[in-house]
Amino acid sequence: MSNKLTGSVVVIGGGISGMLSALDLANSGYYVYLVEKGPSIGGVMAQLDKTFPTNDCAM
Amino acid sequence: MNVDLCVGCGACAEKCPGKFDDTYNAGLIKRTAIYVEYPQAVPLKYGINPDVCLKLTKDKCGNCQDVCPANAIDYTQTEETITINAGSIIFSPGFTAFNPSKFDNYNYAGFPNVVTSMEFERILSATGPTMGHVTTFPGLPLKPKKKKDKLLAEKRKDPKKIAWFQCVGSRDINKCDNPYCSSVCCMYAVKEAIIAKEHAGGDLDCSIFYMDMRTPGKDFEKYYQNAKEKHGINFIRSKVHSVTQNPDTNDLDIRYVDEMGQIIDDTYDMIVLSVGLEISEETKDLAQKLGIDLTPGGFCKTGSFEPVTSSRDGIFVSGVFNNPKDIPESVLDASAAASAAGDALSRARDTLTLELEKAKEINVAGERPRIGAFICDCGSNIKGVVDCEAVTQYARTLPYVEFADEAMYACSQDAQNKMVEYIKEKKLNRIVVAACTPKTHEPLFQETLSNAGLNKYLFEMTNIRNHNSWVHKNNPDIATQKAKDLVRMAVAKAALAEPLKEEKIDVNDSVVVIGGGLAGMASAKSLATQGYKTHIIEKKEKLGGEAHKLYKTAQGEDVQTHLDELIKEIEQNENITVHCNTSLESVDGFVGNFKSTLKTNGKELDLEYGVAVLATGAKAFVPDEYEYGKDDRIITSLDLDKMFKENDAGLDAINSAVFIQCVGSRQPDRPYCSRVCCTHSIDNAIELKERKPDMDVFIIYRDIRTYGEKELLYKKARELGVIFFRYDVDQKPEVSIKNDKLLIELIDHVLNQPIQIEADLLTLATAIVPRKDEKLANFFKVPLNDEGFFVEKHAKLGPAEFATDGVFLAGSGHYPKPVNEAITQGRASASRALTLLAKKDNLFTSGVVASADPLKCSECGVCVSICPYSAPGFMTDGRFEGKARVNAVLCKGCGLCVASCRSGALHLRGFDTSQIFSQIFALGEVV
Repeated sequence: MSNKLTGSVVVIGGGISGMLSALDLANSGYYVYLVEKGPSIGGVMAQLDKTFPTNDCAM
Repeated sequence: MNVDLCVGCGACAEKCPGKFDDTYNAGLIKRTAIYVEYPQAVPLKYGINPDVCLKLTKDKCGNCQDVCPANAIDYTQTEETITINAGSIIFSPGFTAFNPSKFDNYNYAGFPNVVTSMEFERILSATGPTMGHVTTFPGLPLKPKKKKDKLLAEKRKDPKKIAWFQCVGSRDINKCDNPYCSSVCCMYAVKEAIIAKEHAGGDLDCSIFYMDMRTPGKDFEKYYQNAKEKHGINFIRSKVHSVTQNPDTNDLDIRYVDEMGQIIDDTYDMIVLSVGLEISEETKDLAQKLGIDLTPGGFCKTGSFEPVTSSRDGIFVSGVFNNPKDIPESVLDASAAASAAGDALSRARDTLTLELEKAKEINVAGERPRIGAFICDCGSNIKGVVDCEAVTQYARTLPYVEFADEAMYACSQDAQNKMVEYIKEKKLNRIVVAACTPKTHEPLFQETLSNAGLNKYLFEMTNIRNHNSWVHKNNPDIATQKAKDLVRMAVAKAALAEPLKEEKIDVNDSVVVIGGGLAGMASAKSLATQGYKTHIIEKKEKLGGEAHKLYKTAQGEDVQTHLDELIKEIEQNENITVHCNTSLESVDGFVGNFKSTLKTNGKELDLEYGVAVLATGAKAFVPDEYEYGKDDRIITSLDLDKMFKENDAGLDAINSAVFIQCVGSRQPDRPYCSRVCCTHSIDNAIELKERKPDMDVFIIYRDIRTYGEKELLYKKARELGVIFFRYDVDQKPEVSIKNDKLLIELIDHVLNQPIQIEADLLTLATAIVPRKDEKLANFFKVPLNDEGFFVEKHAKLGPAEFATDGVFLAGSGHYPKPVNEAITQGRASASRALTLLAKKDNLFTSGVVASADPLKCSECGVCVSICPYSAPGFMTDGRFEGKARVNAVLCKGCGLCVASCRSGALHLRGFDTSQIFSQIFALGEVV
């Protein structure tokens, strides 16, 4: 392995998990490529109406 | 589609004739070939489905190009390959919902009123195809055109009885190949039933057919009990065999066997199939390309001690792909994967990110206000209703307005560039934008102000879209008048705006982790690896916490070997200082600037630090029933682990072993599920069976909660001959010792007969109870819930941090959790803390904070007691000793103190009384 590290991360998948990984990394000093197959990020959570157990709006 | 040019106006979709399934609405309706997934989509850019676009398939149409005002449509685009160099990969591809079409017994494909839970989710949603109205035949168009559809639509009704069938595509190797539990369906079914009743009114009859109710998450059990007791939802423990349809009414007839063995026939208007989570073939292929190992269920293989690390170096995983899980666990996985990916690249941190260059701020103090007003058309969103030109003309007549302009999209890049030019050219010193909502767009405009050298608080935004054109569509004249009123009010307020200063917060970049268990050590390890001095405070004499008492993880790893390795790593890490036998005596300060006194064996030490992680864990409940303590043969789960660890000779003498579940859990005095005990007992039962196959092993349980792929352990235990008996909480098993015989009596739920087991060993699966550390909670101003667990910032989106800035949370102090989840949350808390520590030189307070005028303060203390963030306090020295002062770092700008101050001493910057009154007076002005 070469000694040179690249300070960037590819996050594959723009659902709730991918988005938050990307935000955490970008906010702590790493360059992030967020790759999503679909036309927008948000994933399945954006399709949900409410979330348990607080019944908060998922959107 | 050229996404840089698309402004998301939607003109194209209005004219598009192509149609295909709207996957966002679970295929219940169609969408146009040029589309955005949903109105709130990010980015809000239209895309074309090339398979159904008439232009791309047949070279006909071209409507969208004709009507696009931004020239964004480009039919010549082709797929591009881009190569990216990266140090790590985080793979979070998610799941697909199980497709129940192949289940002929439920006939999802044939019966229109059998729907999936995903479809039902959209039916409940206000943005869904029925706008939240629960109706039968949800897949039919609202105004059907085909004759067949019209006939069905006549039978459409508001359902009176809905049933949910659990475990469709989960825990099933008979009809599909998914042996695992999908972890989320029990809870979402309960939620859907509650919301359906809310939407449809109280007389809607909701029944959930289930095998085991699995509600092992934080506050889930209470939610389930409330559903039963408060909302009147029926829970029926049965797997429904089949569904038939009444050909006249399309009602659904079901037949099932209840717990007493009776065959019951019933009729429902709708049936919701609670479909499980699956990893798609596409994801499995990609995983293979990436070279990472999968579990039999198709999920990523990870270890309990590195729970987000794949089998391939440098690739980390999170979300459902890393075992079925709900939103908060996916959120924890996300941060944990970020921490792991960052740990691997810590030397290269800050090498590829850029600092934003800031324009020098122009001093506008003492200048007469020169207001620039920008009126946005939002395509046809506003202009379709409001006469924007008239509003712009009107704005020019208002006091202090030097310049007003109308923009098709004020938020577009070219409009922003123009705004910068106008500010410079016209020497504008206050800006008003009348457009959409400041919630999404205020930061963008404020950045533009900063780029032009204006203080970003010299800005006022008014919403003439959501509050106006959208709600007064049928009254364009009144809407135009209202837009003028709103602009006049905004101008009046902006004229009084002053530049506000954001105070720099000094951040001490060392960290204190309280609690040296697995979660605390995982957190400290990541923080130290990324270069931060970290102190672990442990009250016991050594690191490791409760994990010292565990034998194996659910995945079969030996806990002690891994624990020893981790402790060694922690002790050898030069960035970590371990303080054992140490208590925390005091905490002062706030984010970035905490001060504490530690006490180690009577010796005191002062410590300054910027952030704290609370990882104080939980402990095993000491049973007060089932004759515990009266006989050596009655032990707890941890005692049994100890016997395994020590290879206790007594194990060989056991011929009959019994486990009783939920000892201290899921009962009125402790109404939560302890999450780990089902798996723990099953694991230990397997261990006993493997050591001595002819041993009789019984597990007496209420619901088996082996969520995710832990279900495979449950299956294995049954295959090995472990016998499961179920009991109800109001008919607990009875334990007695008669003539030195250890006897367990219970009512068998299949035979409905009392049975008696003679045991050589009785293991009580005891609850996990929190430490209820009120002193620590008060130190850091963080809340505890009724049971004594810490309350996180947000149940879904902030599970590893507190609402108090700079304080983070990990481990069983949050909620009981197994080894892998404790480590995930430890890493997650580190990642959240890192985002704050990384701002070391760049952390500022908001400008919108309260301030106190000491000359007017009457020292009444109302502000001090009313503030939820502890921002106001009394000055302790100087000329104004005893008067109130607001700590800008802690202030969130909510205004509670300002409204409650009886002396008028408190002011909220940016929302001063004079500004609010000026708006109100401007509203009253007759135009």
